[in-house]
Amino acid sequence: MTTTAIAIKAEKLNYIYSEGTAFEQHALKDVSFEIPKGQFVGLIGHTGSGKSTLIQHLNGLIRATSGTLEFEGENIYQDGYSMKNLRSRVGLVFQYPEHQLFEVDVFSDVCYGPKNMGWSKEEVEKSAKEALAMVGLDKSFYELSPFELSGGQKRRVAIAGVLAMKPHVLILDEPTAGLDPKGRDEILDQVAELHRQHNMTIILVSHSMEDVAKYVDRIMVMNHGEKVFDGTPREVFRHYKELETIGLAAPQVTYLIHGLRDAGIPVDEDVTTIEEAKQEILRILRKKNG
Amino acid sequence: MIRDITLGQYYPVRSVLHRMDPRTKLFGTLVFLVSLFISDNAAGYLAATCFLVLAIKLSKVPVKFMLKGLKSIFFLLLISVSFNLFLTDGEVLWRLGFLRITKEGIHMACFMGLRLIYLVIGSSILTLTTTPNQLTDGLEKSLGFLKAVKVPVHEISMMMSIALRFIPILIEETDKIMKAQMARGADFETGNLVQKAKSMVPLLVPLFISAFRRATDLAMAMEARCYRGGEGRTKMKPLHYEGRDRNAYLVYVLYLALIVVLEKIF
Repeated sequence: MTTTAIAIKAEKLNYIYSEGTAFEQHALKDVSFEIPKGQFVGLIGHTGSGKSTLIQHLNGLIRATSGTLEFEGENIYQDGYSMKNLRSRVGLVFQYPEHQLFEVDVFSDVCYGPKNMGWSKEEVEKSAKEALAMVGLDKSFYELSPFELSGGQKRRVAIAGVLAMKPHVLILDEPTAGLDPKGRDEILDQVAELHRQHNMTIILVSHSMEDVAKYVDRIMVMNHGEKVFDGTPREVFRHYKELETIGLAAPQVTYLIHGLRDAGIPVDEDVTTIEEAKQEILRILRKKNG
Repeated sequence: MIRDITLGQYYPVRSVLHRMDPRTKLFGTLVFLVSLFISDNAAGYLAATCFLVLAIKLSKVPVKFMLKGLKSIFFLLLISVSFNLFLTDGEVLWRLGFLRITKEGIHMACFMGLRLIYLVIGSSILTLTTTPNQLTDGLEKSLGFLKAVKVPVHEISMMMSIALRFIPILIEETDKIMKAQMARGADFETGNLVQKAKSMVPLLVPLFISAFRRATDLAMAMEARCYRGGEGRTKMKPLHYEGRDRNAYLVYVLYLALIVVLEKIF
């Protein structure tokens, strides 16, 4: 059971871009981790920290310069391993995924992925319908051209295009970039819903702690190609001073709580979301008054 | 995968060629191209090879990187070499049906092949050592005299610099879209010609849309900064000739003279 409970296992992954030219760049340095099935992971880092490079390794789009990578207990670099199969199992939604839409209508675009998998017509259409339902788009959207939708809707169509391949692991690269706050919350809630209902393993790439803190079980922080922190949100946010030095910030709530503690109010340090902070402050106020 | 296209790409290292005035480099490239068309004997090509090797050495760009650019003209090269090889009249050495190889054909094919390869490498050196901005500045200044006959020199050079500037962006974009579609199970490599052409649709449609989007954005940004064409526009970094440019021109004159002399002698 131990091997099958692990979705992805990476060991000492290294990746060097354009080796031997002036453009050479060591994008990943000895990155190791294990992601159990059903975990919701936040991958955080600055632009150029190597997070986008890392996720492209996970579905075999980039081959590591050195190191090993296992998916559901199988080494993906062994001879004869089917990358096509891997790519349907590890669904990767790129940044601005709406830029990859090309079909005449929403439904056929979502069908593209499963069709490439060589499934039968019924299977393709069934999974496309399911995927569109998962992202909250009903029948009225099927016939529309992807280009007449709003930004948020386009993005959902693109996410559905990946979900239609029925992945076990879903990776989203900055799924909220360029969306307004409402669109952002909708997408993130939907992703959290996928995690809850379908027990999907999810890796959410972001540079915003705020977005991530509310949803994830675990945070991995990347900096200059290295994994610098790895733990639950509260463990990682305890290092909020170090996070600042690498150009990231903990959520505002963390600053508030630390400010309160410095002012001599005994709030619990491990609060990470606004809701928890509210409860904690109310608890202390009640204690004081009563 | 498609980052292999080096034509029109800038390679950032510090070298004499990188610091040289773009006009000097443009003129040098022109001299080199002319010399290739003047000479049609081994001695001339030897001189051209020396000139090219000198330029490559001075540029400090890895040779491997330069040769990569040849990949993109491989088919052109193949076609023109075989045309010359099989269709030139002269002393027949070998014959099969209507195909025949002649002594003159071999000669022509060799020189044509070399000429093409040198042309590509020569112009690669120019773009590898000169940023698109410098290149257009140089062009605009060198061709300034054409303004007198109402040629829109500034507009042409602006168009050229935009085109050059967009090559790497579009390459990157292609790479990104390719990967995104591959993540959805797309296969760009296997299959027959029809299948391959069909598999390009999911790549080309998004690419065209993104190119149009970028073009409108750029036009908007230029308008927002009150771009009005070249009339009365000043430069932040006006071009100046330095000592090294004078030396380079001297080399050009000597080289061209050598080529002409070699051509006359042999």
